Amino acid sequence: MEFGLSAADWSAIWLTLRLATLVTVILLIITTPLAWWLARTSSRWKGPVSAVISLPLVLPPSVLGFYLLITMGPNGPVGQLTQSLGLGTLPFTFAGLVIASVLYSMPFVVQPIQNAMEAMGSRPLEAAATLGASPLDTFFSVVLPLCRPGFITAAVLGFTHTVGEFGVVLMMGGNIPGQTRVISVQIYDHVEALDFAHAHSLSLLMVIFSFAALLLLYNSQRLAGMGKRG
Amino acid sequence: MTTLTTNTLSVDLNLQRREFSLQAQLTFPERGVSVLFGHSGSGKTTLLRCIAGLERASGEVRFGTETWQTGQTFVPTWQRGIACVFQESSLFEHLSAQGNLDYAIKRARTTVSPAEIHQVIEMLGIGHTLARRPYQLSGGERQRVAIARALLNKPRLLIMDEPLSSLDDKRKQEILPYLENLKEALSLPVLYVTHSMQEVTRLADYLVCLQDGRVRASGTLQETLSSMDDVAGLGTEAAVVIEGEVISHDFQWHLTTLGFAGGELRIRQHDRVIGTGVRIQVLAKDVSLALSEYHDSSIVNLLPCQVDAIAAADDPGIVLVRVLVGSTPLLSRMTHYSASSLQLEPGKRVWAQVKSAAIL
Repeated sequence: MEFGLSAADWSAIWLTLRLATLVTVILLIITTPLAWWLARTSSRWKGPVSAVISLPLVLPPSVLGFYLLITMGPNGPVGQLTQSLGLGTLPFTFAGLVIASVLYSMPFVVQPIQNAMEAMGSRPLEAAATLGASPLDTFFSVVLPLCRPGFITAAVLGFTHTVGEFGVVLMMGGNIPGQTRVISVQIYDHVEALDFAHAHSLSLLMVIFSFAALLLLYNSQRLAGMGKRG
Repeated sequence: MTTLTTNTLSVDLNLQRREFSLQAQLTFPERGVSVLFGHSGSGKTTLLRCIAGLERASGEVRFGTETWQTGQTFVPTWQRGIACVFQESSLFEHLSAQGNLDYAIKRARTTVSPAEIHQVIEMLGIGHTLARRPYQLSGGERQRVAIARALLNKPRLLIMDEPLSSLDDKRKQEILPYLENLKEALSLPVLYVTHSMQEVTRLADYLVCLQDGRVRASGTLQETLSSMDDVAGLGTEAAVVIEGEVISHDFQWHLTTLGFAGGELRIRQHDRVIGTGVRIQVLAKDVSLALSEYHDSSIVNLLPCQVDAIAAADDPGIVLVRVLVGSTPLLSRMTHYSASSLQLEPGKRVWAQVKSAAIL
């Protein structure tokens, strides 16, 4: 035992970090074009798409988890597909947890990126185009650097939010050690077993980690803001 | 359509929006500054953006032998080989002034030599700004860096969308001389949008007047400005611009004599060298007409001329009279009553009293 944590605790921590990292990377990749589209479109689909993405903000995680369980289960459409591809079913697996977390944390990643892109406006893009920069070139040379604070916020929020999820994991992933038993579930188990000492250690760790991450985020935003004003 | 040389821009565009329509068929000269002039809402910026490919109207845009737009073809902005200076600062905030220049140099159509870079930086006087970020620059400095950035991109067509309109008058006066220098030094065509008569008279070689999305007049500056239908809407700003040269200086009375095709004008002493070519602006409100050669007035310049045409102005009590001094047109703004009591009519010989004229 180190820092008052058991081997099972460490396994949960390691699993949680792996999950959050993977989910953050996937989210940054898929939400960037999505945020781009939302920031620039005047399509009538903008409203419905935004609303669907934002659903996890207001729905109880159990509702989201329930529907994911149904869709990905052996009789659900996604479940049928994964089975016909020889992949089995996704609920109660790490992969299933990744997919659920991606959906659950998506609004926290889309919104900061979308806000940054909207705040940037179209002028820098037009300037780059008139200087002969291709769209891809413009994305890397203008959009990414100008929207960097938005991407940082998105990554921090996506990561911490995934680390902090509980309801969806319990519904979708259950409680399989090394597979789906993340920190929040492990704490739940400790409390169920009246092992308050271990629950304390892990909970405190979560509080410290979340505080540190958010502190880092707000400090970096403050610095970025100061840089802009000069 | 006229024969197109390498840098000739020609457009035939049509755009219908809910409360605005634009219809323009124009061919621009292959070098010099072409000014698109008009009040806000006249469509000048929209036309410019369609030429740049930032907006799409239906119709055709051709540049030299290339087709930028026709039917289904639409060459994207970044492949058109143009550069733009926008109304407000468009510098990249994440890069220093130097970084902004490098961005353009890296993407220029042809290699930019260190000598050219040096020359542009000198010409625009931005050497001291290079290490700074855009937010650390004044409005005037930002626009000069933006102009330098556009030039170093080696465009085939330089587009400027009201580059001075976001600046206060003092900054405008600070940048105008740089633009005039630029005009002399550049061999590429420049499209310049403005609603300022001052910028028109100082910079334009070719003038396109737009009103409510239609081309009201286009031609050389002199042709367009002296055509009264086009300037009637300008009110007291109506003016002609004459190409002339400095003939002599009178040090006793502090006067400078300027010569032009058809006559001479004396103005307050100027420090330009004798023989220098100048642009002289004569406002219509500064020209009055008399039937005989009065020498008993305080007005220095008295020019024999012939009435060419008379047209209504913006005000029912006012007319604009165009007279020819030799071959040079002048405009005179007077009351309808005066024109009528002097019995002015085309062909009549009169004397033009020019109260003041300005070297631009």
